[in-house]
Parts: sequence; C-alpha cells; structure tokens
Amino acid sequence: MTLRDRAFRRYRGRVTPRRWRFLVLWRYSRREVFASRMVTALYALSFAPILVAATVIYLRHNLPALEAMEISAADLIAVNGTTAYYMLITQCCFAFLITALVGPGLVSPDLANSGLPLYLCRPFSRLEYVLGKLSVLLILTSTMTWVPLCALGLLQAGLEPGWLAAHGNVVPALFAGSWIAILCLGLLALALSAWVRWRILAAAMIVATLLVADGLSEFVNNMFHTRWGDLLSPGDMVFSLWTRMLIEGGGSATALPALAAWLGLAGFAALCLLILHLKLRAYEVVR
Amino acid sequence: MSQTETPDTGTPVIELDDLQVRLGGRPVLRGLSASLGGRCLGLLGPNGAGKTTLLHTLLGFHKPASGGARIFGRDVSKELDEVRSLVGYMPENDSFVANMSAVHLVRMLGELSGLPASESLERAHEALFYVGLGEARYRDIGTYSQGMKQLVKLAQALVHGPRLLLLDEPTNALDPPARERMLRHVTEIRDSGEAHIVLSSHLLRDVERCCDEVLVLKDGKVAAYRNLEAERRANRKFLELELRGEMDGFLSAMRSLGADCALAPRRGRRRVKMVLPEGLEVRTIYHEAAERQVQIRRLSYKRDSLEEIFLAAMEGAEEETAAITGTDSLTTPSGGAH
Repeated sequence: MTLRDRAFRRYRGRVTPRRWRFLVLWRYSRREVFASRMVTALYALSFAPILVAATVIYLRHNLPALEAMEISAADLIAVNGTTAYYMLITQCCFAFLITALVGPGLVSPDLANSGLPLYLCRPFSRLEYVLGKLSVLLILTSTMTWVPLCALGLLQAGLEPGWLAAHGNVVPALFAGSWIAILCLGLLALALSAWVRWRILAAAMIVATLLVADGLSEFVNNMFHTRWGDLLSPGDMVFSLWTRMLIEGGGSATALPALAAWLGLAGFAALCLLILHLKLRAYEVVR
Repeated sequence: MSQTETPDTGTPVIELDDLQVRLGGRPVLRGLSASLGGRCLGLLGPNGAGKTTLLHTLLGFHKPASGGARIFGRDVSKELDEVRSLVGYMPENDSFVANMSAVHLVRMLGELSGLPASESLERAHEALFYVGLGEARYRDIGTYSQGMKQLVKLAQALVHGPRLLLLDEPTNALDPPARERMLRHVTEIRDSGEAHIVLSSHLLRDVERCCDEVLVLKDGKVAAYRNLEAERRANRKFLELELRGEMDGFLSAMRSLGADCALAPRRGRRRVKMVLPEGLEVRTIYHEAAERQVQIRRLSYKRDSLEEIFLAAMEGAEEETAAITGTDSLTTPSGGAH
C-alpha cells in the first residue's frame, strides 16, 4: 500500500531475524503494564528494601558516617546468607504481587477476544507467543529481584574484599533462587490466565492457588507427620531450595530433599506448560 | 534476509492432494484434491461444508489426517513458517487484542510477520488508511463498530504485503455501504495483481462479483469447481430451448454441428440447454428444427449463474451441469477438481 497511490503492494523488503521476534511482545506490552498506577506504585515501592539494604551496606563500610550518627557497625545487620535469604523473600513477594497484577492482563484479553489467530497465522509459533508473554513478566520481575539483589551482593563484595570469598554462594544463590521463583510465578500466571480467560478471576486464582496449595501441604504434613506434603505447594518447594542455597545448615533432616523439591517444581512447570499447550490454540475444537 | 519470491507463473497457488482433516474424531474434510491457480478463488458451501476448516488447515491450525496441501508449492505441514509469511489471514469471527489502538495492533502484527519496526509502522498507517480507517485508527479497537473491526482485520491481513490473502466471510455483519467498500477493496487487490485471494463466503453475489474461480464444498468434499472467468470470456452462446416434437434427431444434428446439448427437464417440459460453438448462428437451430419438424416454443439466452452452479452442486447434479456448460474444468463426483 502507499498513501499516495491508495493501492495494495506486496512487501519485498528486509525481514527481521526470527530468533528474537518474540521480544516484540515485550515492547508492546511494556507501555500497557505501566499504564496501571497500582503496578507503577508497587514497582517503585519494591526498590525501597533495596535502597535500605544498600544504605546499610554503605554505612557498614563508612566509619566516619557511623561515628557521626553514633552507631556501631555491630549494631547494623550483618550481610550474609541469612540476610540475603530474607531480602530474597521480600523481593519475591513484590514480584509475586506484580505478577498477579500484570500476568492475567497478558494472555486473558487475547483469548477472550479470540486474538490468537492474529498472532498464529504469522510466522510466529505458540512457543514464541508464550516466550514473548513470559518475557514481559520475567524482565519486569528480574529488575525487582535478581538484578538489584546481585548488585547488592557485588556492592558488598566491592566494599569488603574478603566477603566474596567467605560468602561465595550468596550471589549465585540470589541469581538462581530469583529465577526459580519468577519462572514459577510467570508460568503459573500465564497458565491460569489461559485457563480461566478472565483477568480478575485469573488474578484471584494466582493468589488462591498458592495459598490453597500452601494450606493443603501444611494439612498433609500435620496429618501424616511428614514433610512430603510440601510437594503439593510450589511455594514450600521454592522456600526449601532457597534455604538450602543460602542458609547454613538449611538442609536439615526434616526438610524436603533437594532432589524432590527440584522434581516437584519441574512437575509444576510441566503442568503449567501442559495447560498452556492445551489452551493456547488458534481455534479450539469442540468435541 | 528478505521476503522469498517465486514467480507466479506456472506454480499453482493452492494444491490439495487428497486432503483429509478430522476434528474431534469427526471427518470434516474428506479427501479434497484440487489445483487452484486463479487470481481470486471463491470458496462456497453451506454451513459446515468445511470452508473455514480448509482455510485453517492451509494456515497450519489443523493437521491433516492424511494427504496434504501446498501453497505456492510449499507444503503447509513441512514449510509452515514460509507458508505463513506468504499469507495474510482475515478471520471470520471477532478477533482482536483489547486495550490497543488499531495502528498499535496492526504495527505489532506487522513486526511479528517480520517487518522491521519502522517499516511496520509505515505500512500499518498505510493499510489502515487504505481500508478507510482514517483518524479512527488511533482509537482503541474495543470502541469500534462491527464494520470497523472487519476493516481492522483486513488491514492486519494486508500489513505485511502477503502474496495470498485468505478472507473468511469478510462481509459478515456489514451494512450495505460497508459491504460495498469491502468488496471494492477485494476487487482492487485482485486487479492490482499483487496478491491472490481466497474468499470464503456463503454469499453467492459476493463471490460472483469478486472471484474468477469458484470451489464449492459440500460435506467436506469438492462438489464443484468452476473457472468463472473462462466462462465469462468464452465466446460462446448459451441457450435454453423449450421444444415440442421428436428431439433425438434434432439434438444429434446439433451435436454434429459442434453444439453441446443436454436435456434439462423442468416441471414436465422438454427443455434443452445448448452451448453453440463460435461461428454457429442461432438461425441454424431454427433451420435444423424446421427440417426435423421440431417446434421451438421458446428460446432464451442463458448462462448458468453461480446460484445455479451452487444449487446443482448441492443437489449432486454436477456431471449434468458440466456437460451443459462445457467448461475446461473437470469435476469428479468423488470430490476432485483439477
């Protein structure tokens, strides 16, 4: 087409590489994500703990400032695996809330308005669609979790040269632990959105699923005096892995074995992918 | 990398090779075979005939149970990405992404088709302007009327400049002016020679106006295939006669002169449909009839309308119609058109 001629013309120009085409969805969703004031406010708020932690780390290594404030370095929180564990929990809580708010808005509207054929009639697969939508959540939650947390770890390592050698597991654990959590949250959000196709209900279900699963796992654990009930709760499995990664002696005898937690989370991810596989179709066949 | 180009000449646009598709365990397409190469193909058939399923199969939404299909020589099962990059699809139902302006949506879909961002933006504006969504293209699609949504669907099918447009019931839910505009776009694109079109519709007038070929489906089989353009161009006279007297000798004489004749009894009357070859005048008919004492009670110029072709196909009277019209196309009762 040309505006001048008002006539259709075929496109014969350059075509973008296929590999990164799924990121088009991230670019187009970004603006919509931050159109919500609540999301913007929550996103901004998620950096408050990071700023506090950065301030603490800075003060711990700035004796003149401590003296001026008449605080001893010992009074400040120690920067170690346990601190990192609680920071990880805090940031992932924010990531959870953001996912619950943003996630359902990514897939549900496409399905509710039969928009999928418009995507899938192009050289754009269902896998790329999922990757594109997931990338919106992963990029967003990454900036709230592992990116600032690892930056804090590196800040601490920069200010205290021996710290990294003594706590070599912390930064990799923050990175891996964050990814476990945001991947599970992202997949859960997309799967439930694809399943119920109603934005508000999907958001409620994301929260309810984790709470109900947590309650159920506690019930099973108490009923049968076991820890295997944790396999019913993705949250418990994630916590179990975080504990092992960051807290010394976290892998106690009563805790869920790491392999079981990994397998449980893999099963959870597979279930989410199965739901997406079944629900994300250009057209559903009515039997 | 750039859009792959293959010369249009020689390669059929769509080839169906004993294509069978089952949905939910039920056969929907039952062994379609056809080689279609027209500029604009009309896909006709009653509800449930398999028109939309055929389009979806060509787009790779449904996998064939057996057989196959090719678009511009590319197998839709094995070279799906290439096929999809050559095709623009306008779905039948309401299909859009909420909370987006039309220009935003069409641009995004252009980029997903592989257009660079700047090119996609330019073409999105052009496509929306072309279909008639001037300033409205900046509005949220959720606020659009049904007709405007149809235009957005057409624009998104055009944005990446495809070689083949699959339009599924494009005039659905349109008021007369909007329908007229939609059909004008279809004929303009057809006449531009830049893209081939498959127009799926149950509205015969739309198909008759836009298409040069028509494929009629019934119960998942090819019920008829006609090259309307060839029939329009054929310099032959189509006649319908009402006769009285001994007809056999008369019909034999006419056939010996090169005319195609077929009995078309209607309400007990003795009617004959006849196609005269070039050079044979109507007065020859009167002359032959007079010699054999056959009375011609009525003679009218007649060509099978699309409606008649369609109804004949639906009634399974395909072979008779083919004999009468004498078109180049060959239709097989088992559902194959070549």
